[in-house]
Amino acid sequence: MNARSAADLAPPALFGAGVLIVWEFVVRGFGVPFVILPAPSVIFLRLIHSIPILAADFVQTIQGVIAGYVIGCGAGVLVAILIDRSQFLQRGLLPLGNLVSALPIVGVAPIMVMWFGFDWQSKAAVVVVMTFFPMLVSAVAGLSSAGAMERDLMKTYGANYGQTLRQLRLPAALPFIFNALKINTTLAMIGAIVAEFFGTPTVGMGFRISTEVGRMSIDMVWATIVVAALTGSLFYGIVALIERRVTFWHASYRQRGA
Amino acid sequence: MLSPLATDGKTDVGARVIDVADLSLSFVTADGPVQALSGIDLAVERGEFISFIGPSGCGKTTLLRAIADLEAPTSGAIRVNGMSPHEARASRAYGYVFQAPALYPWRSVARNIALPLEIMGYPKADRDARVAKGLELVNLTGFGKKFPWQLSGGMQQRASIARALSFDPDLLLMDEPFGALDEIVRDKLNEQLLRLWDVTKKTVLFVTHSIPEAVFLSTRIVVMSPRPGRIHDVIACDFPRNRTLDIRETPEFLEVANRVRHGLREGHSYED
Repeated sequence: MNARSAADLAPPALFGAGVLIVWEFVVRGFGVPFVILPAPSVIFLRLIHSIPILAADFVQTIQGVIAGYVIGCGAGVLVAILIDRSQFLQRGLLPLGNLVSALPIVGVAPIMVMWFGFDWQSKAAVVVVMTFFPMLVSAVAGLSSAGAMERDLMKTYGANYGQTLRQLRLPAALPFIFNALKINTTLAMIGAIVAEFFGTPTVGMGFRISTEVGRMSIDMVWATIVVAALTGSLFYGIVALIERRVTFWHASYRQRGA
Repeated sequence: MLSPLATDGKTDVGARVIDVADLSLSFVTADGPVQALSGIDLAVERGEFISFIGPSGCGKTTLLRAIADLEAPTSGAIRVNGMSPHEARASRAYGYVFQAPALYPWRSVARNIALPLEIMGYPKADRDARVAKGLELVNLTGFGKKFPWQLSGGMQQRASIARALSFDPDLLLMDEPFGALDEIVRDKLNEQLLRLWDVTKKTVLFVTHSIPEAVFLSTRIVVMSPRPGRIHDVIACDFPRNRTLDIRETPEFLEVANRVRHGLREGHSYED
């Protein structure tokens, strides 16, 4: 298993290293201006020397990401369960959900800052708006995904609504819910960082990017991008790992005779 | 004993398990109502093994589902153990085996068999004992910890039979349970099912497409015809309860099989 995951990791690691080397040579060889594209080595040095600032930014931003993600995804699943029995609510709420999903984040973010203040709470609110409806739509689809025969089976046992929900429809919905959880990791990162463009206490990844661009410290912008990319990938990776554990039975993971 | 279509309207006969009187059922579809069942009369005594056979669209599955309260009749009456199908379902009077195993992939085989017991609120110790007994009954001892997708199709269907029997219902409703399996596995499961029926003394209603399967398993065979679904003939099948697959070579077996085949042919219309 360990040998296999090492073998799985080798191609992307080699590929990534190759990109960095080519990048370094192109920037130095052609004398690309610093503000257009700094060399990877310069970005790396900036990152090493700015760890305390970057760490403070990370802590500030991740609070909004996590709080918004948990509330947005949790509320999405809960509302899906609540409207599950009402065709009327589903027909009314889902198109509204599409509408809200289409709202531009640069419009929502300043409003949330006005409503919830400069600190991470307003960023969490933006993340809630961005993650809630993707989860709602997926969870509603997931809850209706259990097969007719499996439902009839529950009926023959005289199972009530709650038992059918817990033993059949929620487990059957899990692959759908995890899909939304994975998509929402990216949306939450984007939402929290972009929202910081519209007012924060002077800390946070989005704040750092917007101010350092203004000061032409492009290496610091890139260093923040690296932290954001690593955070986003790690976030996604953790959710994907949990998914594997929880929905091990799903056709995409199962191993015959395991 | 084998008098077919006993419909004297009395439901107080002690050993009467199923009583269907003048049952009709039509589905509303986009093209207007479709008559699935028409004028069905049927009485089943305790301990019988009744097979329903007929071409696609003859309503045999619909009849089984109506008895199970999974479909609502348009007119007529059904009594199961003297109760309405709804009351019978609520009192867990029957176990139902579907065309596919319908095991839940997130539950191990043992926990699949325990599913009805969990829903019906059996205590843990009782559940474990019943699951062990169920696994033994269908020759799956040692496979309880496996997941359904790790088993063959035949083993999965056996697990689903164990699940249907786990809460020990007197009545077993089976809708083409072996239809998707190959001939050899099917023969084996037929023999096991017959043993099971003989040992447990349950009443079985069994829907099938296969004439040999129907004749081998049944005490009576209900031949149905389509458009609308009606009972064309009821054929008695008086082989001993502990019959083996060998009887399929006997002239008596072939004679009954021929009667079933004739019945199917007569009932089938070639107009469309």
